[in-house]
Amino acid sequence: MAQPLVVKKDDDCDEEEYYSPFLGIEKGAVLQEARVFHDPQLDARRCCQVITKLLYLLNQGDTFTKVEATEVFFATTKLFQSKDAGLRRMVYLMIKELSPSADEVIIVTSSLMKDMNSKTDMYRANAIRVLCRIIDSTLLTQIERYLKQAIVDKNPVVASAALVSGIYLLQTSPEIVKRWSNEVQEAVQSRAALVQFHALALLHQIRQNDRLAVSKLVTSLTRGSVRSPLAQCLLIRYTSQVIRESGMNTQGGDRPFFDFLESCLRNKAEMVILEAARAITDLNGVTSRELTPAITVLQLFLSSSKPVLRFAAVRTLNKVASTHPLAVTNCNIDMESLISDQNRSIATLAITTLLKTGNESSVDRLMKQMTNFMSDIADEFKIVVVEAIRSLCLKFPLKYRSLMNFLSNILREEGGFDYKKAIVDSIIILIRDIPDAKESGLFHLCEFIEDCEFTYLSTQILHFLGNEGPKTSDPSKYIRYIYNRVILENATVRASAVSTLAKFGALVDALKPRIFVLLRRCLFDGDDEVRDRATLYIKLLDGEATVGETDKDVTEFLFGSLDVPLVNLETSLWNYEPSEVPFDISSVPKETKSQPLAEKKATGKKSAGPAAVNGPVPTVDASYEKLLSSIPEFASFGKPFKSSAPVELTEAETEYSVNVVKHIYDGHVVLQYNCTNTIPEQLLEEVVVFVDASEAEEFSEVASKPLRSLPYDSPGQTFVAFEKPEGVLATGKFSNILKFIVKEVDSSTGEADDDGVEDEYQLEDFEIISADYMLKVGVSNFRNAWESMDLESERVDEYGLGVRESLGEAVSAVISILGMQPCEGTDVVQNNSRSHTCLLSGVFIGNVKVLVRLSFGISGPKEVAMKLAVRSDDPEVSDRIHEIVANG
Amino acid sequence: MMGSCPSVKNILVLDSEGKRVAVKYYSDEWPSVSSKLAFEKSVFVKTQKTSARTEAEVVMFDGYIIVYKFIQDLHFFVTGGDEENELILASVLQGFSDAVGLLLRNNVDKRTALENLDLIFLCLDEVVDGGIVLETDANLIAEKVSGHGLEGAGSFTEQTISQALATAREHFARSLLK
Repeated sequence: MAQPLVVKKDDDCDEEEYYSPFLGIEKGAVLQEARVFHDPQLDARRCCQVITKLLYLLNQGDTFTKVEATEVFFATTKLFQSKDAGLRRMVYLMIKELSPSADEVIIVTSSLMKDMNSKTDMYRANAIRVLCRIIDSTLLTQIERYLKQAIVDKNPVVASAALVSGIYLLQTSPEIVKRWSNEVQEAVQSRAALVQFHALALLHQIRQNDRLAVSKLVTSLTRGSVRSPLAQCLLIRYTSQVIRESGMNTQGGDRPFFDFLESCLRNKAEMVILEAARAITDLNGVTSRELTPAITVLQLFLSSSKPVLRFAAVRTLNKVASTHPLAVTNCNIDMESLISDQNRSIATLAITTLLKTGNESSVDRLMKQMTNFMSDIADEFKIVVVEAIRSLCLKFPLKYRSLMNFLSNILREEGGFDYKKAIVDSIIILIRDIPDAKESGLFHLCEFIEDCEFTYLSTQILHFLGNEGPKTSDPSKYIRYIYNRVILENATVRASAVSTLAKFGALVDALKPRIFVLLRRCLFDGDDEVRDRATLYIKLLDGEATVGETDKDVTEFLFGSLDVPLVNLETSLWNYEPSEVPFDISSVPKETKSQPLAEKKATGKKSAGPAAVNGPVPTVDASYEKLLSSIPEFASFGKPFKSSAPVELTEAETEYSVNVVKHIYDGHVVLQYNCTNTIPEQLLEEVVVFVDASEAEEFSEVASKPLRSLPYDSPGQTFVAFEKPEGVLATGKFSNILKFIVKEVDSSTGEADDDGVEDEYQLEDFEIISADYMLKVGVSNFRNAWESMDLESERVDEYGLGVRESLGEAVSAVISILGMQPCEGTDVVQNNSRSHTCLLSGVFIGNVKVLVRLSFGISGPKEVAMKLAVRSDDPEVSDRIHEIVANG
Repeated sequence: MMGSCPSVKNILVLDSEGKRVAVKYYSDEWPSVSSKLAFEKSVFVKTQKTSARTEAEVVMFDGYIIVYKFIQDLHFFVTGGDEENELILASVLQGFSDAVGLLLRNNVDKRTALENLDLIFLCLDEVVDGGIVLETDANLIAEKVSGHGLEGAGSFTEQTISQALATAREHFARSLLK
């Protein structure tokens, strides 16, 4: 075992017969060898070898028992006696690797502290790093003084060691590290590149919760004292953070710090250029003017000889293409040559970028190139490609044939679950959105389930087939595929196939007798669920069962979707106790609880990948629309025009938490009160909001839908509907009182008392304002949109806004009165400017497109004047906008 | 907004069969030995068929970006999160692999690496500390590892006589054994 580590390397030594110096290494033997650490006459070289062996064992995944670790640790501390520099380095490594316990740390503290103050910089730097890794905060106070000195040490290695340790210690002892601010600030000015980087990182972490301080830091550093590329990258990150947090939530014309980012695009270091380009493309609502310089540098990277550079550029451009496809089209030629790149990651990103930016004529050519390409990339890339093809198909529905063919081809090839699921999902979406694609799409899916190893996908397709198949021109051709499942598959798939058969039977009269035959065969199935379903459906279709009186009810029973969230249904079913009273599905709350934060974060991380495809934003939240349409009282109101964001009507942490969502219809307003009962000992019943609309004269209450029961911590909704004159901008204030019957709940049994007490609870007031009638809808090119509007519809007037704090404040006040979407970053006002033009766009109730051009000027004593020019599809609406401003 | 500091999740040196030569994990995303080995295996398999000899290559999977380079029978990998600036990772890889080259006197292969494993370990220790990039200049890393000459104070004159002797002995021994 005493084989030397640095063995003689003879050229004529036989390569074939080579043995690793660690061949046959064995933990027990090495631990024995570690006894040399105790020798009075230390052999530094030999000790080094033994430590290397120990580290090798740990590195290979071996572990020491508690006793072994302690033994090795104590032996290692003996080695501080040696003056050998190389050995000392290995001792440091060993101590870090063993991560000793608190009582062991004390043994080495003094040795390390001595090294920390040694004349040898290498000792000092390393001793600092080791000590900071292993001490706790009480010991830290003892060495704090030395660390502060080290931070401003003239030797950059020592300074960096102290700073990096500071970053580490900030997590455990923030209050101590925060006291080093002054020294760290001095270190930021260091001439050594890495010291600057480490100091900046630490300084930012110390101040990260103080927005103002971070903003000051960025302001002072962007003037140009930072030279090290790594520090520059950091500064770019902090700058974009400041831009993000400075409240400018939209596109930026003259954004603060943009000049700095742009200047970084001309930096010598590629990593800085990339960092800046990414920061620019990630800006909130970035404009094409801002994008251009960033895209230009990235395009240069595309033809670099370095794969990492090409990858970085294509990855960034791919992301940009999701939101600004036009900005990237300039790079298409470079992008096409990357399809044949050796590096498949680069090729995939290039091809998906092209799919996002491509036009209709290039689709066929691209598809041809892709076919060869798909076979030699990994599943996760394939998913990215499939998603890109799906969005391409939705963009060019006429091309569905070649795209659908492509999808069906790859569906037949080998692949894992996630990949297959992505394909199936895409086909289903295409069938839904492109009517012409339906028959061929369904056929591809049928082919697929003939040989599908994934139960989940089979049932998903069978369910979909049951809904769509009967509505096709020749439903009978699907029956064979479905019934094959009953014969060949596992119980879950069989049960699902039975349901699908029944759906065909219910909808297609011609097929009914044949379906009966097939369903009867299922009565002999080995699985309970399959037999039960078959029995149920036979009775149903026969008209014997009591569920449905008429055919319509049968269809409803088969196809009616469950309009309650499954989670809530599950909880309700768990809580239901068998009794005389049958389970009532209408008692299940319809609102889902907000997702836990962690879950959101996780999905956020995923979507950040290259596949992030932005779908169109629905004007009214689909879940609201579904909820509202399920309430018969409101069915006659039509489609809601806009649903506001929830307005809180209670303070946080009160007994009952209530917020309101305003749903605006053409002639009605529905107020949706979301209530949560936060008292476990109470059950609320007959919950209703009494609304006093005396300060909203144009509204008259037409309906109110109370909430039957509101148990603890399970949100529910009550609604109040108002009629309002159509075509009038009705506004007003509403005061609200929550009324209910409260019943005590026995916390041990969970049962509520029979007798309840009427009670009420005062909620806060809220208003319906003109902005509620305006949808924020941006336009990509304001100028073109403005020119294309009828000049006749333009209304111009001037207003005095009186004395204002600043121009910016006046601008945001007018924007919030109008409730419109600022375009091209014009909501941001440059500091100290005397005039400003702001462009707004929106859709007014009645689906009237409105564009607004605001010119502001400020006089000496902060007197603000404004010129308002409106163009819209309807001149009357233009007048209406002026009314809003005049009254606001 | 934590984590806006560039960070390295691990540095791996594997041999041509995907076995560990030396590895260092700076992130606790791989809590157990088996999860680490599984990660190394998938990294190795996904990059095995590529050629990363002249220029560093890059691959992205499972939410990680990995830049890598092969020298003889050694595979060097540096891993970061998928939001990380890959050029920073590439500079870490470059600094590390070049420093190893300097320390092994251009004999970068598995055999020499194992024979001088102490140097590789020290090198890993000097490149990144707790995920934060410590140094990317190969010359400086190699200097710090070999122990002679720290930048700034970096001449032999400032060392004590006994240290200078120790260093000299080291040099002598190494050159003899080469």
